[in-house]
Amino acid sequence: MSFDLNFIGILIGAIMASSVPLILAASGELITERSGVLNLGVEGMMIIGAISGFALMVITDNLFLAVIGSMLSGLIISIIFGVLTQSLLTNHVATGLALTIFGIGMSAMIGKNFVGIPGKEFPLLFINLKENFPFLGPILFGHSIILYFAFLLPFLTNYFLKKTKIGLIIRAVGDSPTSASNQGINVTLVRYSCILYGGAMCGLAGAYLSLIYTPQWIENMTGGRGWIALALVVFATWSPIKVLIGALIFGGITILQLHMQAVGLRIPVQLLSALPYIMTIIVLVVISRDSRKIKLNTPTSLGQIFYKEK
Amino acid sequence: MEVQLIKIEKRNDVSRSIYFLTPVLAIFLTLLGGGIIFYILGFNPIEALKFFFITPISDLYGLSELLVKATPLCLIAIGLSFCFKSNNWNIGAEGQLIFGGIVGGGVALLFYNHDGFYVLPIIILSGAIGGMLFAMIPAILKTYFNTNEILVSLMLVYVAKLLLDYLVVGPWSNPEGFNFPETRQFSESARMPILFDGLRIHAGIFITLITVFLSWLILYKTYLGFQIKVSGLSLKTAKYAGYKGKTMIIIVFMISGACAGLAGVGEITGPIGQLHRNISPDYGFTAIIVAFLGRLNPVGIIFASLIVALTYLGAETAQIFLQVPKYTGQVFQGMILFFLLGSDYLLFFKIKFLGLKKNEL
Repeated sequence: MSFDLNFIGILIGAIMASSVPLILAASGELITERSGVLNLGVEGMMIIGAISGFALMVITDNLFLAVIGSMLSGLIISIIFGVLTQSLLTNHVATGLALTIFGIGMSAMIGKNFVGIPGKEFPLLFINLKENFPFLGPILFGHSIILYFAFLLPFLTNYFLKKTKIGLIIRAVGDSPTSASNQGINVTLVRYSCILYGGAMCGLAGAYLSLIYTPQWIENMTGGRGWIALALVVFATWSPIKVLIGALIFGGITILQLHMQAVGLRIPVQLLSALPYIMTIIVLVVISRDSRKIKLNTPTSLGQIFYKEK
Repeated sequence: MEVQLIKIEKRNDVSRSIYFLTPVLAIFLTLLGGGIIFYILGFNPIEALKFFFITPISDLYGLSELLVKATPLCLIAIGLSFCFKSNNWNIGAEGQLIFGGIVGGGVALLFYNHDGFYVLPIIILSGAIGGMLFAMIPAILKTYFNTNEILVSLMLVYVAKLLLDYLVVGPWSNPEGFNFPETRQFSESARMPILFDGLRIHAGIFITLITVFLSWLILYKTYLGFQIKVSGLSLKTAKYAGYKGKTMIIIVFMISGACAGLAGVGEITGPIGQLHRNISPDYGFTAIIVAFLGRLNPVGIIFASLIVALTYLGAETAQIFLQVPKYTGQVFQGMILFFLLGSDYLLFFKIKFLGLKKNEL
């Protein structure tokens, strides 16, 4: 019995690990969307973060620099999106798509010389405690610092949005940019900051994949996680805590299908791999059916262009 | 005293010449940006751009390849223009292309070793229906369950890819194929006729041209086209005018899915001749760029598809001669869209260079 319990603990630990990139990217995007900006470039920013983190790790042999660098590169590439949508007033959807296409291409171009290089072991915290406690050990201990940060982030985000003045300003800008602007708030500046923050978080999410989760560089290694993160924000009806719950559900589906593949059930592998995507659609349908609930929670100006006559 | 050198003014009306000139500006800026990237990578930029954009189309074979790639791009983009014009964001054309290919390919396998003039039309039709049905999923979910069509259509791309993978590895794989993940080669009756000996350009180009003409007809000469345009400009107006919004959403998705399905079936019965894992080099995604670059205008899309097709060929040539990865093409495609969207600023705003007048100095 204790063995079984331990196995379940390990399983939960694995689910937590696989949900980390989703939590990071979705929490970042949530702030961006709360300010009224819809950035569909999550996948592109994640993959840029993944390659820059990995490349910096190989070049500098310093994991700290690699992680910081991945965040910076996510931030830098999101500047393109910021300039286009905020200063040149372009359509958010189209610009985000361009960012994803550009990011995937760019990452493959940079990553050409990094294919096949083995990753470096990322330090895991409290590794000795992991063995000492049967069920709780693998859940609570032996994770990377980024995982602990990711699980703290939704709570921090929630506090930030609800209890701080800057959080209030961001929500005001997202709900009514015109009134916020009339109150003397620099809407463009707020939105720029939120876009850059989202970019940095997506970069970190990518680095988690290439440095910790599967420590190597593979072309297109984000495999649609950026899009699932975008779906998660809708699923969570723009609430950070629900992002955490949603990410764990999706992490659970991912791990479950991997295990079902490993056990060798007579279900086609492809059907199992398609599960996370099919589940995303089903969950979106269930959540969105109540259009009042969605309308109530969606930042009112989401995806709309704001232009202030000077 | 502050002296303003540049003054930005809002335009009152969008100038038509600038509307079609900014894509040219975007292409020019992309070439510039591409040159800079090549320079950073350590190549002579002029030389590299020549390999990218001139070498691939400097012979007859290259020109034929350009048309082979432009054929599906143009077809999908035409379909997408219906969606985008009416503010429906179908970004899963890649999935609709693959599903059309699957259905068409399934029918082609059904007619294996079957002769008759009717075989190819049936395959083409079933491919179009396949793509259409697949596109109806996000449309119906959007209209009846208020679900975000961007995310659903995109998720379905992954589902279609995995379905194709399952079929070519499992039940549909070639019995004499040594377990390669591919189906049998389709029989001759199921293949698009080749137009010129020795070149790959096939009859699919006529399907594309006919579709371009039909879509021009629908968009500019019918009531449906008018409704689509009005809904794109202002949903409120459309509602006020009493247009059936739900029906229209489903129709534009059906049109765009059918076009993507046709492109898929054109690929597998044309240049490929069987089903395997990679029946499309992301044509469905690239076509989004083609649609925007062509200003959602049928004629514009024809030109845009040729230009974007060139980035595919250029990436292949550059891969051979410069050893840069084939993804360079995607970098160029992303840049085109960036610059295009950015230069749209000129549509709505006038930038005046005031210069320094004597009395201000």
